[in-house]
Amino acid sequence: MNKNILICGVGGQGTVLASRIIAAAAMEEGHPVHSAETIGMAQRGGSVTSHIRIGESAYSPLLPWGSADILMAFEPAEAVRNLKYLKKGGVAVVNTAATRPVTEAFRPTGYDGSEMTAWLRDKCACIFVDAHEVCRPFGSEKFFNVIMLGIAAGSGQLFLSKDTLLRQLKKQIPPRYLDINLQAFLAGYEIGTQKSK
Amino acid sequence: MKQYVMGNGAIALGALAAGVGLVAGYPGTPSSEIIETVSRAPHEGVHLEWSVNEKAALEVAAAAAYSGARALVTMKQMGLNVASDPLMSVSYIGVKGGLVIVSADDPGPISSQTEQDTRRFADFCRIPVFDPSSPEEAFEMIQDAFELSEKYGTPVLFRPTTRVCHAYAAVDAPEQFSPKPFEGFVKDSGKWVIFPRLSYINHGRLEQRNAEIAGHLSSYRFNTSEGAPSRKAVIASGVSYAYVKECLQGRNDIRLIRIATAFPFPEDFLLSALEGVQEVLCVEELSPYIEEQVLKTAGRHHLPLRVSGKLDGSVPHNGEISVELASRILKDFLGLDTACEPLNDADAPALPVRPPVLCAGCPHRASFYAVKQAMKGKKAFFCGDIGCYTLGNAMPLDMVDTCLCMGAGITIAQGLNHTNPDAVCFAFVGDSTFFASGMTGVVNAVYNEADIVLCVLDNSTTAMTGHQPHPGTGRNMMGNIVDKVDIAKVLEGIGVRTVMTVNPLDLRSSVEAVSTCAALPGVKAIIFKSPCIALSRPSARCAVDPAKCTGCKKCIREIGCPALVASGGKVTIDPNLCTGCRLCAQVCPFSAVGGACHE
Repeated sequence: MNKNILICGVGGQGTVLASRIIAAAAMEEGHPVHSAETIGMAQRGGSVTSHIRIGESAYSPLLPWGSADILMAFEPAEAVRNLKYLKKGGVAVVNTAATRPVTEAFRPTGYDGSEMTAWLRDKCACIFVDAHEVCRPFGSEKFFNVIMLGIAAGSGQLFLSKDTLLRQLKKQIPPRYLDINLQAFLAGYEIGTQKSK
Repeated sequence: MKQYVMGNGAIALGALAAGVGLVAGYPGTPSSEIIETVSRAPHEGVHLEWSVNEKAALEVAAAAAYSGARALVTMKQMGLNVASDPLMSVSYIGVKGGLVIVSADDPGPISSQTEQDTRRFADFCRIPVFDPSSPEEAFEMIQDAFELSEKYGTPVLFRPTTRVCHAYAAVDAPEQFSPKPFEGFVKDSGKWVIFPRLSYINHGRLEQRNAEIAGHLSSYRFNTSEGAPSRKAVIASGVSYAYVKECLQGRNDIRLIRIATAFPFPEDFLLSALEGVQEVLCVEELSPYIEEQVLKTAGRHHLPLRVSGKLDGSVPHNGEISVELASRILKDFLGLDTACEPLNDADAPALPVRPPVLCAGCPHRASFYAVKQAMKGKKAFFCGDIGCYTLGNAMPLDMVDTCLCMGAGITIAQGLNHTNPDAVCFAFVGDSTFFASGMTGVVNAVYNEADIVLCVLDNSTTAMTGHQPHPGTGRNMMGNIVDKVDIAKVLEGIGVRTVMTVNPLDLRSSVEAVSTCAALPGVKAIIFKSPCIALSRPSARCAVDPAKCTGCKKCIREIGCPALVASGGKVTIDPNLCTGCRLCAQVCPFSAVGGACHE
């Protein structure tokens, strides 16, 4: 199996946890895994990406353009910024709720993400999800990363079994936050299954 | 046991597997996680420290190697500039135990001031350098580096780049480590005391040794030649090799040569790998180091070889190489198409830019704002330094006029003061940077009668690189609680007569302190003391009373905190980001910000 996964978003959205769970799950299923994440100054409110490469023939730590089987975009403009990584026929899971850059407050451009989702719709197969809406039952957007992981898994595009992912969540999330995270994952999984029917 | 680790983790585990007995370094992206990994791994018997700077780290480690222990030093490439004084000399003096200096290069640059090349430093200092292309290789190669260092009695450089340092892969590391036993320091002043006569002798010896090492490295398993002999060959090193491999997937009709040890250059290996080759393309990041060695080799051996790379414009001098760039370069050279075609995004809507900013509630924002307020309408220069607070340059604060290198803000402010006596000259320095290379600058200011205001932004950590402890924090990497080195006392000891300590989140007292200091002659210091919010995130939140908010947006225009959001003609505070610092409450002319209300 050779699979490439790109996760993108804005610093602070929890993309790193999603990436670590996917990498660990793929390893548990016996695949060679390589990944790379944005680290350092860019983490502070900047655009961030995680590149995950599953399989034998991955040499570059970053995905080549046009190679991602799935693009997990935690933010609509970040989906557009990173669309070049998606391969033809690949699927993008996109949060439609925009994170406006800090500069927007004093140099407004009117960015709200809608233009991004409209453009993406014509470019590739997309699963759109509104983070505000799906996080509401959980009382905090902090769980969006795990919901997103569930959606990607439920869509069938992660090529990893639900059980393996659940096992890894149990392994990597501290016990006192585990229950709500498992619920978030399962809720996402359900959304993913529904939306990809 | 297989462990999934970052490249830096692989380097740490490799060093532990090699029996390292002392590890020292100074934090710097992309190298910081090496020491952090050592601290989390079982490492009984290993002395581990964040040294005060890279020069100190290298000297501490060199002495361990004099004693016969294996020692590892870690830093980013800029740190090697700081450590270059002992590095040059220890190259002449040599070592008994293995001494490996990891200097992580940062093509791009992604988070550095320069795109310097550690391989050149190796050449300059006349010591070997290893250049891994992946975390797995780094794990093995660092062990080879220790072997080589000990075998030839020379310090060895180890040069990963950001993409190797920050890539994750599985490595098979032992579960327990123990330092390699060593003899201890044996006095021998003819060996350990550098004198001109000894340097003369050792210079000759080290050149002789390097010729030997070059021969040895010519059969090193990571200097590889793949693919059938072809008229056109590609030479790559480090992560560029991985990019070229990615492009050439599965093709074995093109000769691909990889040089993992740029110095001493494995010339014999290259000569045999180049047999039958008429044109060669060198794909490497940073400087055209290997390209120049290939040209030298071709010249010395009268090879009818055409060499392309950076020097003929085939490969860009600056920036990273990527799969896409490698693919374009290979297409020009080999005439073959290796790229996957991406989706067309030429018609994409304009994307928002996301410059990095100070976190919501960051005390640095408040410190900068206080200085800005106090200096309103006055001619003042603001000399910044290296750390999170470099981000004080962003709008709307716009409070960094210069930034050069670690500790330079303090001395740049002095030079500006001597040449612009009509301006108030400020130096901003973080606590970790103050200890690393700020103190000597303050001595210089006092001695040479500069009029400057020193602002120490003391957030009790080394925040930018991931919150490492430093001498002011009272914790060290051996897990011990130690006496804090008190910055105020250090400054007083140096002879700074006015030293004030203020809480930057108290705007009025901070502005007062700045105004007072700006009016005094000589060196004045203000310690803005408030912990990094990423370390001790307060549970308080502020909220805007919509009845009082007039929508003037002064808070947003003046302090630019990411938690302040303009919506519906008013300002709201994002409770997910707010830390309740109350800076905006002190800025609001209508007292519309309530809180900090505890949850």
